Amino acid sequence: MAEGNGALAEQFDDLAQQHEAASLGMWIFLVTEILFFGGLFAGYTVYRATYPEAFHEASHHLDLLLGGINTAVLITSSLTMALAVHSAQEGRRRALTVFLLLTLVMGAVFLGIKGTEYAHKYEEDLVPGIRFAYSGPHPGQVQLFLIFYFVMTGLHALHLTVGIGLLGVLAYLAWRGHFSPRYYAPVETSGLYWHFVDIVWIFLLPLLYLLGTHR
Amino acid sequence: MMPPIVLRRVYYWVYGALLALTLLTIGVAYLDLGPLNVAVALGIAIGKALLVMLFFMHLRYSSRLTWVIAGAGVIWLAHLLIFTLSDYFTRGWLPVAGW
Repeated sequence: MAEGNGALAEQFDDLAQQHEAASLGMWIFLVTEILFFGGLFAGYTVYRATYPEAFHEASHHLDLLLGGINTAVLITSSLTMALAVHSAQEGRRRALTVFLLLTLVMGAVFLGIKGTEYAHKYEEDLVPGIRFAYSGPHPGQVQLFLIFYFVMTGLHALHLTVGIGLLGVLAYLAWRGHFSPRYYAPVETSGLYWHFVDIVWIFLLPLLYLLGTHR
Repeated sequence: MMPPIVLRRVYYWVYGALLALTLLTIGVAYLDLGPLNVAVALGIAIGKALLVMLFFMHLRYSSRLTWVIAGAGVIWLAHLLIFTLSDYFTRGWLPVAGW
């Protein structure tokens, strides 16, 4: 494989078309991912419209500070991912490896902060199905909000974990000199995936965290 | 011709805009705008998503075919949301026994 890097497969006219085919395949996968998350967003919207007060109340129990910090961490990781692709295009091997590792580390920091939030919820008896005790009004509907919270952020965290695994492999390959300005499609497509996961979080922040802050 | 290399400066500008919009959306949540709160929060989120897609995901520099695929994702998501919500939000409109 190593000597084949940047080689043109016979079914393509040129390298640009080969590169575009790879990105296009990733975009098609991401469309299925949009609908995968879309089902949860639709369910959330229906129940939020049905129980506005309880969802407002329940949202108060989320930690906006940690959620905000995590948003900044994830956006920064998207920047380093974009810079990783940029380094690959310019053929800067060391910069590519460093930016991939930086992105990986920031993904891990995000998961660490998320885990801290989950631990707080456990201590506050706010984990439906495992440890839940709520004395305020509408306990059942508050529980429903928290189920959406855990499933949506959990599925997001799962995607991030997959992304971290991808970045680890990419960083190793990058260090071994696997990529070049003629061949960096795996970096580009993993970047598309990483940015998609960032976009999901961009919508989770207002829907879950910003619901109960004002008043 | 491989895809064009975007100037690094563009990425830094987009990054700054994303952080600024994050602060803005958190700030606006502390103001009571009634039903406008949701509209503003979602509007800002859509703006941020567009910035990520156009620049970080290189959509702005991609082929029209890529635009069609990305647009298809948005259109099918709209189908999912609009048809689900138009069902749930109109159920009380007709006095049908058993509903």
